[in-house]
Amino acid sequence: MSRFKDLQKNLFGGTTSNARQFGMIFTLVAIVLLFQFLTDGLTLRSDNLIALFQQNSYILILAIGMLMVIVAGHIDLSVGSIAAFAGILVAKSMTEWDLPWPLAILFGLAIGAAIGAWQGFWVAYIGVPAFIVTLAGMLIFRGGNQFIGNANTIPVPEGFRVIGSGFLPEVGPNTGYNNLTLLLGLAACLAVIWREVQARRTRHEMDADAGPMWVSILRMAVMVGVLAFVALRFASGRVGTSFPVSGIILVALVILYSFYTRNTAGGRHIYAVGGNSRAAELSGVKLKRVNFFVMMNMSVLAALAGMIFVARSAASGPQDGNGWELDAIAAVFIGGAAVAGGIGTISGSIVGGLVMAVLNNGLQLQGVGTDRVQIIKGLVLLLAVALDVYNKSQGRFSVIGSIMRPFRREAPATPASSAAEREPAKTSVSG
Amino acid sequence: MSDAPILLEMRSITKEFPGVKALSDVNLVVRAGEIHAICGENGAGKSTLMKVLSGVYPFGTYEGDIVYQGSETRFADIRASERAGIVIIHQELALIPELSITENIFLGNEPRKRGAIDWKSAQRQARELLARVGLREDPDTLIKDIGVGKQQLVEIAKAFAKDVKLLILDEPTAALNEADSRHLLDLLRGFRERGITSIIISHKLNEIEAIADQITILRDGRTVETLDVKADGVDEDRIVRGMVGRELSSRFPDHTPKIGEVFFEVRDWNVRHPVSAERQVCKNESFVVRRGEIVGFAGLMGAGRTELAMSVFGRSYGVWESGTIIKDGKEIVLRTVADAIAHGLAYVSEDRKAIGLNLLDDIKTSTVSAKLSKITKRGVLDEVAEYKAAESYRKELRTKAPTVDEGVSKLSGGNQQKVVLAKWMFTDPDLLILDEPTRGIDVGAKYEIYGIIQRLADQGKGVIVISSELPELIGLCDRIYTVFEGQITGDIPRQDADPETLMKQMTSTKKMQTR
Repeated sequence: MSRFKDLQKNLFGGTTSNARQFGMIFTLVAIVLLFQFLTDGLTLRSDNLIALFQQNSYILILAIGMLMVIVAGHIDLSVGSIAAFAGILVAKSMTEWDLPWPLAILFGLAIGAAIGAWQGFWVAYIGVPAFIVTLAGMLIFRGGNQFIGNANTIPVPEGFRVIGSGFLPEVGPNTGYNNLTLLLGLAACLAVIWREVQARRTRHEMDADAGPMWVSILRMAVMVGVLAFVALRFASGRVGTSFPVSGIILVALVILYSFYTRNTAGGRHIYAVGGNSRAAELSGVKLKRVNFFVMMNMSVLAALAGMIFVARSAASGPQDGNGWELDAIAAVFIGGAAVAGGIGTISGSIVGGLVMAVLNNGLQLQGVGTDRVQIIKGLVLLLAVALDVYNKSQGRFSVIGSIMRPFRREAPATPASSAAEREPAKTSVSG
Repeated sequence: MSDAPILLEMRSITKEFPGVKALSDVNLVVRAGEIHAICGENGAGKSTLMKVLSGVYPFGTYEGDIVYQGSETRFADIRASERAGIVIIHQELALIPELSITENIFLGNEPRKRGAIDWKSAQRQARELLARVGLREDPDTLIKDIGVGKQQLVEIAKAFAKDVKLLILDEPTAALNEADSRHLLDLLRGFRERGITSIIISHKLNEIEAIADQITILRDGRTVETLDVKADGVDEDRIVRGMVGRELSSRFPDHTPKIGEVFFEVRDWNVRHPVSAERQVCKNESFVVRRGEIVGFAGLMGAGRTELAMSVFGRSYGVWESGTIIKDGKEIVLRTVADAIAHGLAYVSEDRKAIGLNLLDDIKTSTVSAKLSKITKRGVLDEVAEYKAAESYRKELRTKAPTVDEGVSKLSGGNQQKVVLAKWMFTDPDLLILDEPTRGIDVGAKYEIYGIIQRLADQGKGVIVISSELPELIGLCDRIYTVFEGQITGDIPRQDADPETLMKQMTSTKKMQTR
């Protein structure tokens, strides 16, 4: 096996999930570099990066919840309306009922939980398909928003706006950079190294092949390089700006939910339900509870996203959150989730969301109108999922692998049983 | 050797997939008007060969020649082979449950009159076709309302609608009960008399012995031999020898049972159908299981064996009405599957792919999936523990896979079944309920599964085996309950168990308690 094949196997779509995530990040980096080139360096400028994060953090938060909903085999069309509904109630609670903003945030989350319980009840306990329940929710809560707000815009107080438009404060000595952002970046770099070391140790404990050391080092070096670069960019923005608070909320949620979906029994159950709900049930998984949880969780995150958006735009309006559900769903599918459920990762969805965000942003920087941006985004979504479907019909999951296929001479090390006994695409004889 | 003209000859067929040669230099000669069986273990290449024949793998993707009706043919797709009169009936039936028999028979092949479907003629033809396959059903009946056996007959009628010359049946009796199987085999004999040629792929060697004229045996993608059943005096052992390449002295491992006390008991179990509440699926059923005992449940399809097992297993089937479960002298109430697992019950389902496994999982996630708490430390899954557990079961059960990271969908039926067994052994059960544990599994793997079942019993666990194959129950079980229409009609110890006795009890409500 050549060195190149080693790299291909271990870096892109290899055996460990760490490697697969890295492959997705690679795709994102490629798109960023493309636009960096096309826009003459505008894409990676500090102010643009900051704006990019602020404008998309709420979509990415939705993508986290949506990933879990889609993995469980459902869909949620109501998130935009729920975000708007929670947003207007929270805005009202602060301006008209004088609720202090921290309490208002809790109030908003409680609204999300209540709506989620409502939708989860129909999906999990009555068995109405989530598509229908959330289509109804989309109408109900959009109407609810306009009914409560009288179709008007309600402003929110200064303190509340921090979660949408705030930044990490300036502390410590004057280094010319935002110190907290630098520290955050350093922590992220250390975390990446720690994870790689942990992953190798785990593989060793399993007596499994951890892959060549140089691949690990290369992977770490690239990750650390990217993180350091991004941290420096965020830290060196216009005075008063730095890493946005909404970005911190997002990062915290990504870490929390990635851990939950990967490393806990509850997370595993979501994948089991999406993969084969009857088999999961017969393995002792409490189907209704899982379905209820993913639907409810989604609404809580939608309420949070709504609040962040309201905080960023300083007011809650009747058109907030229009079309968000579609952006979130697109992010999840571009990130590699399967339409039928059971497959997908949080990090993949985030990368999928970022791909869409960078695309959007880069095209706008180039002066491409929203009409054409939409066309391009639509095509990207279609192609990404088509590639995934095609790969699966070919029985392989590695995107890069299929691109390289025509150049490969030797046969891959497929186990003898896999090709011969692989379930063929169910070809019906009757035609 | 028969002198009938050769209908089909496949010469030196070689088919390669990336990294694996599924068929190498396979030859098959089928004469007109015979029933030709193809035997071989799973993965021997039977299905691949039939896919080459029917154009699923079109000309150019394989090497070798297909000579059909005297001339070389090159099928580009299934439609091309169907036009030539070659029709495959797959194990998974390709019928649409919500459509009627007529609609299914003519699906994609509708008789037309001025552009519109001529339903009158379709009805009439459907009636004729149903008569030919001996199915007395109204052609307007929906497919979902008739049983699997009858659905199989509809598939055959559908093949006739296409003017079939060579009928290929892939495991036609796998899902059928004895009576339906017999009917199907009789039907095939009738076709032979009318000059229709059939190729049958089956794991049920007794059926092959009974019905086939010629048998071609494949092993590891090669033709081993072609036997003439009458001339060569072929019996089951002879076929098995060809398939596995060695003599299987016995189909069941030697075993001396170590039977202990009764530890599990179900009393007066009553369950109703989940949808139509007037149907009682389990009627006052009572049974006991002793430690170290392998208990069989024999019954025809629809007798309610699976339903009984699943309703005991955390009420995962139907509406529970009354009845008690006593384990180790104490009454236990199992409301959910989780309760059942916690009380040491395990249920290996009849349909591995549909409800037994998540086919997206790899071996290790499947193995631990029914008891994640065992690998959870302070709320976090321990990957190393998961890997080690899966690896130790892979070694113990000799599951053929490169690593436990392998996806279960890539495994053969026998190896998938081993993963399912590992999954339930991982839950440390006291009572294992195995529903058709060897369905669709080849001879060699069956032997291994029987060995595993016996070892589990020897560890002091109780094992319930539900099976539609009487020889399997008789060879494996220490005691057999017979079930008929939701009632337990007999309790037959090993020494009294023979097919006739069992069959009698499986087909009548008269209770005969022999203890």
